[in-house]
Amino acid sequence: MTGVLIAADHLCVRRGGTEVLHDVSVQVRAGEIVTILGPNGSGKSTLLRALLGIVPADRGRVTRAPGLRIGYVPQRLNIDPSLPITVRRFLSLPRRVSDDHAAAALTRAGLPEVAGRQMAALSGGQLQRVLLARAMLGDPSLLVLDEPTQGLDQPGEAAFYRLIEEVRQATGVAVLMVSHDLHVVMAASDRVICLNGHVCCEGTPQVVSTAPEYRALFGLGTRGALALYQHVHDHDHDHDPHDPHDDHDHHPAPGHGV
Amino acid sequence: MIPTMTMTTTLRPATGCDMLDDFLIRAGLAGVGLSLATGPLGSFVVWRRMAYFGDATAHAAILGVALALATDLPAGLGTLVVALAMAVTVAGLAARGWAMDTTLGVLAHSALALGLVAVSFVPGARTDLAAYLFGDILAVTRGDVAFIWGGSVLVLGLLVWRWQALLTATLNEDLAQAAGLRPGRERLILTLALAVTVAVALKVVGALLIAAMLIIPAAAARGLSRNPEGMALMAVAIGAGASLGGLALSLWQDTPAGPSIIVAAAAMFMVSALVRRR
Repeated sequence: MTGVLIAADHLCVRRGGTEVLHDVSVQVRAGEIVTILGPNGSGKSTLLRALLGIVPADRGRVTRAPGLRIGYVPQRLNIDPSLPITVRRFLSLPRRVSDDHAAAALTRAGLPEVAGRQMAALSGGQLQRVLLARAMLGDPSLLVLDEPTQGLDQPGEAAFYRLIEEVRQATGVAVLMVSHDLHVVMAASDRVICLNGHVCCEGTPQVVSTAPEYRALFGLGTRGALALYQHVHDHDHDHDPHDPHDDHDHHPAPGHGV
Repeated sequence: MIPTMTMTTTLRPATGCDMLDDFLIRAGLAGVGLSLATGPLGSFVVWRRMAYFGDATAHAAILGVALALATDLPAGLGTLVVALAMAVTVAGLAARGWAMDTTLGVLAHSALALGLVAVSFVPGARTDLAAYLFGDILAVTRGDVAFIWGGSVLVLGLLVWRWQALLTATLNEDLAQAAGLRPGRERLILTLALAVTVAVALKVVGALLIAAMLIIPAAAARGLSRNPEGMALMAVAIGAGASLGGLALSLWQDTPAGPSIIVAAAAMFMVSALVRRR
């Protein structure tokens, strides 16, 4: 149990009379990338929000490592057109950061030249990267992302997950994210938790993709995509993370079995 | 039916020894003081789409005036209490998921009508009604100026104190909550600031035009700003400029002062929109 950053313990959450989450127990340990996968309405976002303390638990509890710093990337950010704000100013919310820190965070997110741009003028992919840069500014030990690639095309999606993997390599931050898109996430995760109101199955991407619970949940239509990606995890990867050809690299953090 | 409120105060030469004796200086100070609050608060009203919320709170002020006149309390206090009650009611209904457009429409106009009916029961108040609806900035006393500046500085202080949290919660409530902030508390701060501003602005532009004083300078500042702070400061400058410009117009053409201030602000909005378009 050492190295657990955040954990839900037999968590139940009711919203509007229905039980959205039933007896959910999950953990995220230092340095690992965990993806919560599930169909629409399966309680993925609710679980994230309960872990963040935005939604109260009806039963069970959420525990955090003492002094845990969380960087949060929301599902989307709709900036009202009446609100002018540059990327640089946005990075200083809610805590002000120095110009050097802001520039370094943008460079790490692959957007060294957008500091002076208006937030509203960014493309979807740029906006997600700015949100990631802002989340990393507090030097978090856990990064939480709620469907971070919604609205991105496939190459943008793959590039964003690659960036997350790079950030994890560079900083050792643990990552907890939610997704309903299957294969790209599978390639970028150490562990996948399959959720449908309760935890259906859990394990490495390879284990989960062959689990009968998972197949029952996502149906037969995904078999092709899974077959396509299965080969990635049939062997161990340990490439240089900066190798541009290494789209699927997958580095288990030390200290837990993958 | 707009009466010529400027007739209530006749032009007198400034004595020179005490500037505050000059009604024009007092009026100018009142307008500039009010702008300190309406600039940043109006920016939040625009960013958070609270325009109708501002209207409802401002219209409730008339009811506050009626209650104050009936109970011999200061009008400022009555306005503050009723505006606060209205603002808290609206915020509470919004949190319960009421359809805000309709709810605010009902509340804003009901409050105004109820206030007008209530005022008619107070002996002698009917004659002052125009002053409460459209303001009477040329008649502000030294005490009024102190009340306006005190309230405005209070609002400004509140907003500066909570600025980072307010801005984060305005952009995205989940983002704020994940950072340990409480968006509900920030909403309450804005509600409180709005009630104080309404009480302060009543004498300057009147209940019907308070929302205009919040929205128009902020909207005019939008096109000229790159950051939230720039927009708030620009809104203060535009509000102050409109106050002085409106007073000048009122003096020159003998027009009612409160509406003249809003006309000046609207002219600045037009200029800003044209500049932005280019």
